[in-house]
Amino acid sequence: MSMASVSRLGGPHPSGNRQALPPEKDTRRRSTPYLLLLPGLLWLGAFFALPILTLSGTSTQTRAPGGEVGEFIQTLRLANYWEAFDRYQEHFGRSVLYAGMATLAALLIGYPLAYMIAFRGGRWRNVLLVLVVAPFFCSFILRTYAWRQILADEGTVVRTFKWLHLMPEQASLTATAFAVVCGLTYNFLPFMTLPIYASLERLDHRLLEAGHDLYGGPWTVLRKVTLPLSMPGVVAGTLLTFIPAAGDFVNAGLLGTTRTQMIGNVIESRFIDLNDYPTAACLSFLMMAVILVLVLVYIRRTGTEELV
Amino acid sequence: MPQKTPLPEEVKTLIRAQRALGRFSRRSMLAGTGALGAGTLLSACGTATKSSSAGKPSTAEDHSLQEHKVNWANWPAYLDFDENTKKHPTLIDFESKTGIKPIYAEDINDNNEFYGKIQEQLRMGKDIGRDLFTITDWMAARVIRQGLVQRLDRNIMPNLKNLRADLQNVDYDPGRNFSVTWQSGFTGLAYNTAKMRDLGVTIKNVDDLWNPKLKNRVMVLSEMRDTLGLIMAQQGVDVKKFTEAQFGNALDEFEKRISDGYIRQVAGNDYMEALKSGDALAAFAWSGDVAQLNAEGRGQWTFLLPEAGGLLWSDNLMIPVGARHKQNAEILMNYYFQPDIAAKVAQYVQYVCPVVGAKQAMSRLDPSLVANKMIFPDEKTLAKAPVIRTLTTQEETTFNDEFQRALGV
Repeated sequence: MSMASVSRLGGPHPSGNRQALPPEKDTRRRSTPYLLLLPGLLWLGAFFALPILTLSGTSTQTRAPGGEVGEFIQTLRLANYWEAFDRYQEHFGRSVLYAGMATLAALLIGYPLAYMIAFRGGRWRNVLLVLVVAPFFCSFILRTYAWRQILADEGTVVRTFKWLHLMPEQASLTATAFAVVCGLTYNFLPFMTLPIYASLERLDHRLLEAGHDLYGGPWTVLRKVTLPLSMPGVVAGTLLTFIPAAGDFVNAGLLGTTRTQMIGNVIESRFIDLNDYPTAACLSFLMMAVILVLVLVYIRRTGTEELV
Repeated sequence: MPQKTPLPEEVKTLIRAQRALGRFSRRSMLAGTGALGAGTLLSACGTATKSSSAGKPSTAEDHSLQEHKVNWANWPAYLDFDENTKKHPTLIDFESKTGIKPIYAEDINDNNEFYGKIQEQLRMGKDIGRDLFTITDWMAARVIRQGLVQRLDRNIMPNLKNLRADLQNVDYDPGRNFSVTWQSGFTGLAYNTAKMRDLGVTIKNVDDLWNPKLKNRVMVLSEMRDTLGLIMAQQGVDVKKFTEAQFGNALDEFEKRISDGYIRQVAGNDYMEALKSGDALAAFAWSGDVAQLNAEGRGQWTFLLPEAGGLLWSDNLMIPVGARHKQNAEILMNYYFQPDIAAKVAQYVQYVCPVVGAKQAMSRLDPSLVANKMIFPDEKTLAKAPVIRTLTTQEETTFNDEFQRALGV
């Protein structure tokens, strides 16, 4: 499929198939893909490459001697990176841990959900998909605030748990690591569900039937046929969940405590509260590097090259 | 169904929608927390700013006489507002009396964030599109120290004689040459009145919050000066002249109360939500917020200044160096220092009114508010709430860093 689409987009024509086009028409054809890419490239340049460049410039600055708060001079000091990493190791670890737990939880919830919609949705399928996306119609912040109300000490959830003696009398759910992971899971669940749904939905049902014909039970068919074929969706979903979750600071800020701060909270504090731009820039780059390495290892392990 | 068909159209639409919405929600989230706006990122950290040793920026030319307008940046819900007309009555009155068109923007949510947005342009003496902004004492001290604001012309502002005597001189601006008070507020304690009665807890001081019955149910403010100021006052320290060691003691106490599990969370305005949901039974709080909470609810909460001492803070009007309409801004400040006008603002915002004579004006406007000590404090109340001293540049950096470390970031 990929070869075909490339040649259709104006790659080299297989010779002999048809008459050579007039030269000017040929060059126009050849330049078409680049013209089509232009808006995307411009967008990337303006909103990704340029900020990254200025940010990297900022990351090696130091405070001007006797300078004001927020005043820095360029000294090309690379040690900034090491100092930032050394001081905030714990927060990096916490970000990866919480995001990992949230991703796992979202997978455990999202996969059956996507499966149900794809195979058992019937005529409700589109409605169910809209319901998955529906939370996005409300602001991220408001939804996270809503969780504070839901998990509040005087709320129904906590009171029920305490009544059932599932929770000690003194315990609470908000302002805990548990609440932070719950918030992350909830907020990024659609990012997990939709890609899995997309890959399950286009799955060839004849292959499943063949599996049953070959005496595979429901469980074996799921494990040997459905799951492997939906792996691209699973990988895409886990990445789309893990990456934003690792950089998130809203959930930890609203649902957590001083002991559950993630790297996003540190970056926010450095940028906004302390006007310490170099450290914040270093941390941003380090976070990008950490995520990039984790993602590369993950894609290698799962072996889904076609995804990227 | 072939295995490798392209995605069905509705799924594509959904995924597109998801992406678009994902971006949308993130943007609104950033705006909501008043965090890294793209403007801040690009303007504040792109290039290295030169050391201020090069000198202070020179002020811009005043275009007040040619352009009859003034741009004013203020905090949300900080000016009288008519819900029916969706307009600010005093601004309309100001325009009809002076012929100057006020352009009012509620675009300050956080002192640090606002500073990050404007500092670089101001250091180059550029116009930031605002002729007047409203910032809190400690930030006002910082921009005055850096020469980022203009000297005020008192001749245009005769009404400034109405500024309360205790606010005429502040340590960062003796004689008020660069700033005037917009509103003030108290930092003190708020608690759920009925719950305290049920639990048999009496709250008079900060130390009363460290009660096993209130464990994990107390919230404190993420503003360093407010939280550590109250703790220092409890420790018997004079917040008008505390030392580095005394600051350190307060920080130790603060960290101890977090690790012992008394303090549930450290938050900005969020503590109001926690008081409402019941997660927090008591909190370090700002007076106007509690008045607002009680107005929305059924008056469940009590605000008090600790016996050992609370704090008084102020937000101040200032004219940035690049302002195009300095004189118009001064005329506007003068307008709001008329007692009648100040009373109208106080009736709405319910913060401490800095204008002498507004109390008498209020008796004609809304007699129920005249006796409110949180709007018109008496000598005794003011004596219980000193203004915390201004930090030096060096202290600002190290104290803030230490405080953020205590917050876990």
